Amino acid sequence: MSGTLIPRDRTAHPEPYDPGYKTSVVRSPRNALLSLDATVTENTGPTFGHDLIGPLDNNLILNFTQGKAPAVGERIRMHGRVIDETGRAVPNTLVEIWQANAGGRYRHIRDTYFAPLDPNFGGCGRTLTDDEGYYEFLTIRPGAYPWPNRGNDWRPMHIHVSVFGSGFGQRLITQMYFQGDPLIDLCPIAHTVKDRGQLDSLVAPLDMAGSRPMDYLAYKFDIVLRGRRQTMFENRPEGL
Amino acid sequence: MPQPLTRHRETASQTGGPYVHIGCIPTFAGLEGVYPEDLGKRAIEEGAKGEIIEISGEVFDGTGWALRDAMIESWQADAEGRYPGQEGADPKVNGFCRFAADKDTGLFTLRTVKPGRAGGQAPHIALWIAARGINVGLQTRIYFDDEDNAGDPVLSRIEQKNRASTLIAKKDGASRYRFDIKLQGEGETVFLDM
Repeated sequence: MSGTLIPRDRTAHPEPYDPGYKTSVVRSPRNALLSLDATVTENTGPTFGHDLIGPLDNNLILNFTQGKAPAVGERIRMHGRVIDETGRAVPNTLVEIWQANAGGRYRHIRDTYFAPLDPNFGGCGRTLTDDEGYYEFLTIRPGAYPWPNRGNDWRPMHIHVSVFGSGFGQRLITQMYFQGDPLIDLCPIAHTVKDRGQLDSLVAPLDMAGSRPMDYLAYKFDIVLRGRRQTMFENRPEGL
Repeated sequence: MPQPLTRHRETASQTGGPYVHIGCIPTFAGLEGVYPEDLGKRAIEEGAKGEIIEISGEVFDGTGWALRDAMIESWQADAEGRYPGQEGADPKVNGFCRFAADKDTGLFTLRTVKPGRAGGQAPHIALWIAARGINVGLQTRIYFDDEDNAGDPVLSRIEQKNRASTLIAKKDGASRYRFDIKLQGEGETVFLDM
């Protein structure tokens, strides 16, 4: 993919400082970002080949036990398409996800929530988008969990998503929420996104047509990355 | 009504959260066995051409406390200034690396090759930082205090010249550099929108 990245529309994103999400108070820069046109450094980025991806890497129901025993919970297929702002598919790009188990417990040394670990669930997965930008995961629906923010804050059910794109300047981490979860509207992290349309875009709808009878339900989650300029007027000193 | 612009908006960023390692550096989370090894474990393979260097530092919050849960990614050119994928690039340079602040001390270390000049820019390594409390990944760059940084397009665009030093790693031994990142307050690192 060639062409310079289109400058990021920062209004599509949360502000760094959002006191409702307490940790952001001391972890947000106070000075303005320095804006510059992307250089070769941002326009290029790592690529990953199919040899990286194991056969169960996108199957979180089975990948922790290497297929020996399935995880407990509501079986779901998470699928969607990665495109850029100009509507072009982003093919062969790495999508990584991580999540809690059905009870809201993460398999991480730092998580001390007393909901038990599932001995058959790890919580990470990865895949490459296909030639048209499509990806899919099989997993279990994560539970809500409490976290120390305000007195009684609970994260909605969510799956963390990391996407690379074709340039380092497209790097994005976000979270997918589930249609109809009443905790979304109470969550200060979800509501760091002030634009309602942008927040709604993080909510995956139930997709019955993408589900499989007697096996799993499906949720669709499309992702948009920064686009690239495709102009014939690049690099002319006179500016046109 | 004019024609509509058929542009999509970029998906909104959300914090990587405290458990970002589960997905990005699973062995750091204590999660073994799903993948043969963590993605981006090494910036270079044995035999990379150029000077092998180590850059260490900490990521400090606005109170001066080092983050113990930050995840950092780096992207850089080889010793000749060529990025992986470009013609003639050193096949032993992965360019991309992922590393975490130590969970007890907050110290991170990047072992890599010193990059060459790329596209008229002084030698630099791009960083992208994700962590709990960081709503949108933070972009910054590492430059080097023993290189000629004059005329670099990024450094020269910093209006307050006293802030440019926040992007310059200090040599603290043979092939060793120190690069601290201050998210907020006195000596705040310059963060980029590129």
